[in-house]
Amino acid sequence: MAGDAVQVPHTATGLDNRKLGMWAFLGSECLFFGSLIATYLLYRGRSVQGPFPEDVYDIPYTSVSSFVLLMSSLTMVLALNAIQRGDHRRLRAWLLATALLGITFVGGQVFEFTVFVREGLTLSRNLFGSSFFVLTGFHGAHVTVGILMLLTLYGMSLAGRLPSERALRVELVGLYWHFVDIVWIVIFTVVYLIPS
Amino acid sequence: MASVAVTRPSFFRRPRATTGLAAWLTTVDHKRIGILYGATAFVFFLLGGIEALLLRIQLAQPNGAFLDADTYNQVFTMHGLTMIFLVVMPLSSAFFNYLIPLQIGARDVAFPRLNAFSYWVFLVGGIFLYSSFFLGGAPNGGWFGYAPLSSGEGFLPGTGMTYYSIGLQIVGVASLASAVNFIVTILNERAPGMSLMRMPVFTWMTLVVSFLLLFAMPVIAIALFELGFDRLFGTLFFNPAAGGDALLWQHLFWLFGHPEVYILILPAMGIVSEVLPTFSRKPLFGYAAVVFSGIAIGFMGWGVWAHHMFTTGLGPVANTAFALSTMFIAVPTGVKIFNWLGTMWGGSIRFTSPMLFAIGFVAMFIIGGLSGVTHAIVPSDFQQQDTYYVVAHFHYVLFGGAIFGLFSGAYYWLPKVTGRVLSEGLGKLHFWLMLIGFNLTFAPMHWLGLQGMPRRYYTYPEEAGWGFWNLIETVGSFVIAASILVFMVNLVRSMSRGREAGADPWDARTLEWSIPSPPPHYNFAEIPDVRHRDELWHRKYAEDERGRPVPVVAGAEHHDEADDEEEHPDIHMPDPSYFPLLAALGLPVIGYGLIYFWPVAVVGGLITLAGLFGWSLEPVAEE
Repeated sequence: MAGDAVQVPHTATGLDNRKLGMWAFLGSECLFFGSLIATYLLYRGRSVQGPFPEDVYDIPYTSVSSFVLLMSSLTMVLALNAIQRGDHRRLRAWLLATALLGITFVGGQVFEFTVFVREGLTLSRNLFGSSFFVLTGFHGAHVTVGILMLLTLYGMSLAGRLPSERALRVELVGLYWHFVDIVWIVIFTVVYLIPS
Repeated sequence: MASVAVTRPSFFRRPRATTGLAAWLTTVDHKRIGILYGATAFVFFLLGGIEALLLRIQLAQPNGAFLDADTYNQVFTMHGLTMIFLVVMPLSSAFFNYLIPLQIGARDVAFPRLNAFSYWVFLVGGIFLYSSFFLGGAPNGGWFGYAPLSSGEGFLPGTGMTYYSIGLQIVGVASLASAVNFIVTILNERAPGMSLMRMPVFTWMTLVVSFLLLFAMPVIAIALFELGFDRLFGTLFFNPAAGGDALLWQHLFWLFGHPEVYILILPAMGIVSEVLPTFSRKPLFGYAAVVFSGIAIGFMGWGVWAHHMFTTGLGPVANTAFALSTMFIAVPTGVKIFNWLGTMWGGSIRFTSPMLFAIGFVAMFIIGGLSGVTHAIVPSDFQQQDTYYVVAHFHYVLFGGAIFGLFSGAYYWLPKVTGRVLSEGLGKLHFWLMLIGFNLTFAPMHWLGLQGMPRRYYTYPEEAGWGFWNLIETVGSFVIAASILVFMVNLVRSMSRGREAGADPWDARTLEWSIPSPPPHYNFAEIPDVRHRDELWHRKYAEDERGRPVPVVAGAEHHDEADDEEEHPDIHMPDPSYFPLLAALGLPVIGYGLIYFWPVAVVGGLITLAGLFGWSLEPVAEE
């Protein structure tokens, strides 16, 4: 990659250690979310009492928050592009934008959870509640970790500790961020859109 | 690197100690971490062994009254958890840590601080699990912790299984971190010329195991989260009354659990694949076949999990499919066995202690493998399920296999670690005592199991007629204990009185033997240039026209030796760090908080977060 010219990796595969490590970790995460989604699918339609998915889902609302999260992948790419071009002002702007979109998504999820709870769906109400909250909750926790990493990058850049030679750090957080987005596409489709 | 530190706030200055407690607490040196792993796992091995002796005392006679039923449940559960998660896995990890960089010609692992983090997480996870003995009772639902038994209200009251769900989760974090680390290390840190097919087989098996860990740990993580949430927060994942599936736990657990048994055995297979060629003075027979059968085992290990569940009523189609896949997986295992035999065939064999343990491994593993194939036959498995026949089987593969293999590795590589060779006389005494004790303990379990003696029962009636063989088993278990004492005496004695090992005490074949014992902290003064599989052997020996090895007159290893005394200030090694330890310390605090008082969990989370922030913000000279 052009911006990485300073960080020529001296590795047997030619890939930077941290990048390969992140890919390996994301491979592991596939099984993590795969197991959660499998549990959710196994329990579809097996709750013995309501509220059921069709009673609580607000598809237009969740579609908007999904759109917000997907847009954050775009701003993430723009942030990486900015640091690779050496444009640190734009880097910070896009990092902040990505973090804010992420915060909007998580805030929307918290609001959605409170609405569901008010309608009687809790962790211990039925199988739908257990599997829905744990699956989407773990996803939300992943987004939150991503936001923390984005804000850390933002702070480092402000302190002048994120020079262009360290663009890889932005790329690593970006890999994680895109992965969390992709998982959400699967969750949104499988959990919200496919009728039970 | 000092100039970098000066410009930073002093909080982030990296520690400097090279000796004493501080040095060990902040070390990121793969060799020291390997020693820590090995020493800690050995302590857990003694604890797990004492638990085994308690079980055997209880079962020595019918109507035993040494332990009550509840204590017995705790002890057999902790025996299993200890031996699997706190002994065999971390002992394998000790070998990975110490040897992989040495075998591939590297100065350290890819992520030295992550490596330290793995170790500390494993340590605090083990202590967390064991603390449950003093805090209301240890886990008591078996190492497989079947839900709904383990999750349901009132089935297993108390906090034991909550400790299980959180403690294994913590230990799992350690395994995941080390999996990422070793995948990247092996793929990326190889010396020039060390192509994949020139790697030592032990390195290959470590790579396969790391991938298995990478994909198996998240599955058990989810199972443990669901179990823990059922117990702590009232979710209904395993509650049949709410429609929960009684088999979900078993599927998730064994989808992890069967790859896990290969995680336990493949490192030992890698070890004997190093030991047998060295002491047969022949290259490994069919290197490529051994490597590819290891990879095949890694793949096929994902398709056999339901053979643990034949009796749960999956139906004839599923049972048949999993019976077939289970029989198929014996094929690559058999390939390895024949390759090991082929390696020894026609070799000039030296029956040293590591060699004896390696041969013991092959013999005992064949017995365990064959009884394993009998489980693959569904009607036969219906008869064997939950009897001592199964206990016999998995002890033949995990003790006769993994532990024998790990002891072979210990006798083989400890001279590299300590610089001194262990006593051959005591080593052989250890081997024969352990072999005899092992077979006395576990062979009779085959016939007791076929007679119907069930697992996990804390006692049995006199009329069953199982008393004689149980007594023999108990005697055998104490013979094993005696053999471990011999090993400990041998180890301590060798530290002061052992023969100096020198760089290459066994006339071995791989790179770790080309550097002094113990290795300098930078491992290789010069990164080796690898031209062959079995690189060191080819540096030492050429072949005459009939293919026999003849020593090379001026071995390449000679010119290094004067060099090795120097300090090599030009070699920059990764700086120590205390943040991995800090990040690890937060995890058990979260665990205790979840069980007793949730604000404590928040504190734990903040500790871990602080550790991770410090970790990512401290100056990195090696970058």
